[in-house]
Parts: sequence; C-alpha cells; structure tokens
Amino acid sequence: MKRVSLYQWLFIVPSLIYIVLFFLFPVVKNVIMGFQDYSTATFYTGKAPFVGLENYKTVIADAQFWPTVRNTFLFVIGSIAGQFVLGILIANFFKRRFPLSTTLRSLLLLPWLLPVIVSTALWRSLMDQDSGAINTVLKSLGIIHTGIPWLTSPSIALLSVIIVNIWVGIPFNVTILYGGLQDIPEELYEASAIDGAGRVRTFWSITWPLLRPTVNVVILLGVIYTLRSLDTILGLTRGGPANSTQTIPTQSYFQSFQQFKFGEGAALSNILIVIAFIFAILYLRSSRRSLTD
Amino acid sequence: MSNTQSQLTRRVFAIGTAAALGIGLAGCASSGTPTASSAPVTSISVADYYTDQPAKSIIGDALTKCGTEAGVTIQREAIPSADLVSKTLQKLSSKTMPDLQMLDNPDLPTFASTGALTPVTDAGVTTDNIGKSVLSIGTYEKKVYGIAPTVGTLVLFYNTDIFDKAGLTVPTTWDELKAAAKTLTKGSTYGVAFPAKNGAEGTYAFMPLLWSAGGSEDKLDSAAAQSALQLAVDLVKSGDASKSVVQWGNSDVGDQFLAGKAAMGIMSAGQAAKLDKAGTVKYKMATIPVPAAGDASVAPLGGEVWTLPNTGNTARQAKAGKVLECLKSDDTQLSLAIARGLVTANPALDAKYLAKKPALTAYVDQVRGGRSRAGILGEGWVDVSTKIYKAVQSAITGQASVSAALATAAA
Repeated sequence: MKRVSLYQWLFIVPSLIYIVLFFLFPVVKNVIMGFQDYSTATFYTGKAPFVGLENYKTVIADAQFWPTVRNTFLFVIGSIAGQFVLGILIANFFKRRFPLSTTLRSLLLLPWLLPVIVSTALWRSLMDQDSGAINTVLKSLGIIHTGIPWLTSPSIALLSVIIVNIWVGIPFNVTILYGGLQDIPEELYEASAIDGAGRVRTFWSITWPLLRPTVNVVILLGVIYTLRSLDTILGLTRGGPANSTQTIPTQSYFQSFQQFKFGEGAALSNILIVIAFIFAILYLRSSRRSLTD
Repeated sequence: MSNTQSQLTRRVFAIGTAAALGIGLAGCASSGTPTASSAPVTSISVADYYTDQPAKSIIGDALTKCGTEAGVTIQREAIPSADLVSKTLQKLSSKTMPDLQMLDNPDLPTFASTGALTPVTDAGVTTDNIGKSVLSIGTYEKKVYGIAPTVGTLVLFYNTDIFDKAGLTVPTTWDELKAAAKTLTKGSTYGVAFPAKNGAEGTYAFMPLLWSAGGSEDKLDSAAAQSALQLAVDLVKSGDASKSVVQWGNSDVGDQFLAGKAAMGIMSAGQAAKLDKAGTVKYKMATIPVPAAGDASVAPLGGEVWTLPNTGNTARQAKAGKVLECLKSDDTQLSLAIARGLVTANPALDAKYLAKKPALTAYVDQVRGGRSRAGILGEGWVDVSTKIYKAVQSAITGQASVSAALATAAA
C-alpha cells in the first residue's frame, strides 16, 4: 500500500513542481508586488518597502480607472458576442459538406497563424482614415462620403478594436464549436428530418441543447483570453486616442513598463486576476456539471 | 557559445570578488582609482539597441575600433529598443549589467537615480569636447552619467516641388505655418503632418511647440503651453493636418511625407535617410516655426547616451571608460554623425561637418538650440511625458478643451 502511494507521488511531483514554479510563483509574486513600493531602484537595491493598500488606492482613485474598467468590459462583451455568434454560424455552415469545404475551413485558421502584432499592423493600414482600404471601398460603393475615423476618433476606436479582436478570435470559436457539432449523433438529425422539423427548429431542439457544454467552454475560455488581451490593443491604438481604448491590461502594462511603477502595475493586474478567477471558477463548475450530466 | 561561457566565468568571478571584498569594492568604484586586477582584462561587454542596419554595423565598427585602441575585444548585445529598459532592469536585479550600457537619453535619470551607474568622470572619461546642451542629456543631479557622441532632433521638412509650384517660402512663424498649411492642402495632400501618437513620440513632437512658446514641462497649464497645444489643435481642426496624426509616430509622418500626402512634416531628422533612399521627393529642412519672428526655436535633443554601470569590477570599468573616451572623441563623433545623419556632440566640429553635409545647416542650428527633456524633472520626466501625450491626444480628438486637457496634465 505504501509503495503504491510512493509511486503515486512520483507521478504527481513533476507536475506539482511545474505548477508551483511557473504558475503559483508568478501569481504569488504579483500579489505581493501589489502591496510594495516596487520601482526601478528595487532592481538595484533589492528593497521594496511594503505600503499596504497604497497602490490599490492610487490606481482606483485615478480618474482613468473607471473608464478603463468600462472599456475592458465593453471590449470583452463585444468581442465574445461577435466571436461566438459568427463562430457558431460558420461552424454550422461547414457542417454541410461541399466542394473545397475542408480547404476553406483550414483557411479560416489563418488569423490564428499570423502573429497578432503582424495582423494588427495590417488592420491599422486597412483602417486608415484617409487612404485605408476599408474607407476606399466604402467610398467607391457610395456608402459613405467622408472616411470613417476607425482608429482616430475616440468614439469609434473601441468599436474598431473589438472588430479586429472578433476577427482574431473567430478561428478559436469555429474550431471548438465545429468539434462540438461533430459529436452530435447524426441519427438525431435524421429523426428530426423524418418528423418534419425545419432548420431553425432542428437548431434549437437538437443542436443547441447538445452543444451547450461546448458553448460553455468556448465562452468562458474566450472571456479569460479576452480579459487579459494586450497585443491587439497595443498593436492597433496603444490605448489611444485619448485613452478611449485603454483597458486594465494595457493600463497595467503602461504603469509597469513605461512609468516603471511596478507596484501599481501589479495592483491593476491583481484586480484583473480576481475578475478572471471568478470566470475560471464558473468554468470549472460548468465543466463539472456537464460531466455529472 | 563563447559568449555564454565568458558570461558564466564573469558571474563566478563577480560572485567571488564580491564575497572576498564585500562592500569595500563599491567604495573603490566611486573613488575613481581603479584597483589593479590580477587577471588582465581582455574583453568588455556592451549592450545597445541598434538592431537595425545600417546603425547596427556603423556602431559595431566604431565599438570594435575603440576596443582595439583600448586593448579589449567587444562582446556586444543588441537588444530591440522596445525591450531595452525591461531587459536592462532584469540585468540590474541579477547583477549582470554590461560594462558599457547604451540608454535612450530620457531613461537616463531613471537608471542614474537607482545608483546603478557610475559617473563617467569617475572612470576617467573627459567631457571637455561635449557641448553644454548635449552634456545635459547625460546629466543627473549635476553629475554626468552618460555621454552621447552624436545627437539628433526634430526639424521641419518641406517638399520643395510643392512649395515652388505654390510660390511659397518656408514658414518661420506659427501664423506663416498655418497659412502655408492652408494653401498647400489640396486633394489628398495635407499641408502639414506631425506625430501626435499615444506614446513618447507624441510628447517628443510637442516639445518644440511648448518650448518655443516659452512654456515648460513643469508648468503645463501656463498660457504658453495652451498656445502651443492650440496650434496643434487648430491645424487638425482646420483640416490642414490629417485627423490621423493621433496614430502617427515619426516614421509614419516620414511615410506620409514620402508619399506626397503631406507638404510639410515636423519629424525626427533621422527620417531623411528613408527619403534619400527612395529619392522620389525633393525636400529641404528648416528649423521648426516659432510663435513670433525673433523667438528661439527650441527642440528636444534625441540621442543615446553611453553609460558605465556600477558592476563592481573596476578594472573592467576602466577599460569600458577608455572605450567610451574613444567613442566620444572628435574623430568618432564626426564619422558617426556623417554616417548616421546625426549631429556631433561637439559644436566645434560643426564647420567640418557642414563642409561634408552642406544641406544640414538648419538641422545643426536646431540641435544647437536644443534642450534635454528630462533636464528639469529628472526621473519625474517619464510620468510627465505620459501626461503630455495624453493631453495632446485629448485636445486634438476634441475629448477635452485645450485648457482642460492641460489642466489635467498639470495636476
């Protein structure tokens, strides 16, 4: 009996070391940094005095904090809604077999293959107000007469960033949802066809209920990925113009690596960790529920 | 391979000496009398951010030449500019700083204030052939921590074809600038372009307007600061500069100017390299316009300073000091400035420089009247720099009035 438990430990220990070293340590370090006056001098002297809740007070009292929180939520909700709706439509579309369907489906993965910093540079030129391809096309079609200030107007920039992030996220959604659709037994569809169910009825009565576990996974993972998303915004607008696309991750990045206020940067990312953690728990609960179902 | 090996030996050596000599070593380092090490120093490590050609090999060649003179080989690491500060901070905490470290000049106070750098004069480097304003970009609390062999700044580029066709001369005052921009805005060409990006480049381009108006970074709600920001806002509002300026850095403005989409461009003089290479646009440089005739055109000095980190190894530091002494010698200054399209740190070399580059008179004038960004605020500059570009963005996009945007920045 004892030998068995020793073997069990031998199997667990490597992954335990890995988790402690690469997951627990950074998180704990980050939590501690949030309570410290951690500046550039700290790197040289090694001294980071504890300041209690000072960093949290400073970041929350900042006039930009609540607009930043609002932007973060709009960014997450907008991105996830768009990615999911388009994702499920496209996944359903590819369920039907037609010539070149596999080729097209693999082409859909392209946004995933491009480094985000490359694709955002492309989008930036597409969305240029004066000479960008999008405005040029819309103008030549007579839809608009003056260029849309995609990335230069504070009232539109957040929407533009969301659009690009939806594009970035579609491959993930399609891939997982398509996989989920494959798991639904074909007989059910045949039975419903015999019963005379239409396409909409089939979707709501068969596809949707059976796809629910996959949907939970896609949305919750999507929320967590989008919450901490940094590169899309940095590549497109760097949080501008005039803070209109500033989110908690970008603000944390700027505090840490431009202002060198590492304590305040850590405080912001800790706030983010707490929000992401809530979603992570929801995810774990829903996946457990789907197992017991 | 040899690089990692020597780093390892260095680290072992550093730990050994640190343990043996303890705190006494730090005292020696700042007293400026290098202790003779038992093993002769045959190489020094250098870090900079010149990852792109041609700067990479121009600087590399200068370092190699100076290393040979000092009797050491150079182990150089070029770090992408975006990562330089964070990488250097990591090295600071792991005590693996190189012997010679390049920093962008606004970051110097950040590092000098930590105590991680040795004043270069303590390592025997002379500063008599460095102009006063250039010396100031490497100075923190009255001590010189870094030396820039060459400097650059922003100037006004203007498209001579467009100007000739319109029969205009280059504007020297703000009113002339506005009028010229209005006349030259036609079709897909804007009168003027300037960087107003959400980042340090936006601040960099605002400084000439602020300083030439008599404003200062420590009093951002002054009338002078308001008039400077109002100029930028007016140019965009009138449609004589693109609304996209809030997305542009220097290189974007260079692209617009090159594509003929801007008749004038206020941008880093370094953009000339791109224009010359393409050769499709005829241009000249002028000093940046000032509020009224007779005002001085004051621009921020750009450029990288070479510093001597406090590694605790005085023998290596002395060698690094020798290499730096050679890097900032008149000869190296001149060859670097000519090769890279920059201006020498020594004003006495201007005549020689202009003999080779006669078209750059305005550029040299702009540099000589230049000022250090972190000169007044020291390590407080990084914070204010962020506030300035945010104010510029809020006002240009109409999120806030000029006075409200600057009041926020000054708070």
